[in-house]
Amino acid sequence: MTRGLTPFLWFLFGAGGMVSALLFPVHIFLIGLAFPLGWFDAPDYESLRSLVIHPITRLYLFVFIFFPLFHWAHRFRYTIYDLLQVKHGAQQPIALLCYGTALLGSVLAAYTLLTIA
Amino acid sequence: MPFWWWLQNRAYFNFIVRELTCVFVGVFAVLTLFQIRALADGPAAYAEFVSRLKTPGFILFNTVGLAALLFHGVTWFKAVPTTMIIRFGETRVPDQVIAGLHYVGWMAVSAVIAWILLLR
Repeated sequence: MTRGLTPFLWFLFGAGGMVSALLFPVHIFLIGLAFPLGWFDAPDYESLRSLVIHPITRLYLFVFIFFPLFHWAHRFRYTIYDLLQVKHGAQQPIALLCYGTALLGSVLAAYTLLTIA
Repeated sequence: MPFWWWLQNRAYFNFIVRELTCVFVGVFAVLTLFQIRALADGPAAYAEFVSRLKTPGFILFNTVGLAALLFHGVTWFKAVPTTMIIRFGETRVPDQVIAGLHYVGWMAVSAVIAWILLLR
């Protein structure tokens, strides 16, 4: 079932790999370490909210979540096959679970980014 | 083959670690979604999210996660020249140039994001 989609899924994997390689380290360093540990002053609620509701930021954040989720789905799917040596018959449910999770996350992200005010 | 086949030699091990960096990619995408959700829910919800990031568990997780993402970045940029072949007329752009430009882009993009977040 997923066979006809393979080039498309590969494209999402590649785009997500690039987006996460370029953007994630600086985000994790600042938001996950430097701000909580007090190395730099974190932006306050109001200024961050006004940044996030800007249309360009909304689009940026959707790209930031959507492509990396599908990068995870695609790579995790094949890692599970390799690690657990999954036979052909059992591969389809794993694929559906991976891409389904990524799709659900993307829909939630789109909803949140469209409704945030 | 036993489950631990990937511990038999260093190349297999590196391969599996590289592939498993995707778990951190997925988790950080979801964490970002939670952060936006908290922002949307108001100042109290956002303050709770921020205070949770200060707990030792999150600091440890983010430290390991940052290392995983740096490993992902380095292996990704190393692989890019084999998937992205660029030619100028007859000459093929050398692998090091393509990889190098990605590193330059990475630094530039990181600097812009840091600048935006730090000047808020």
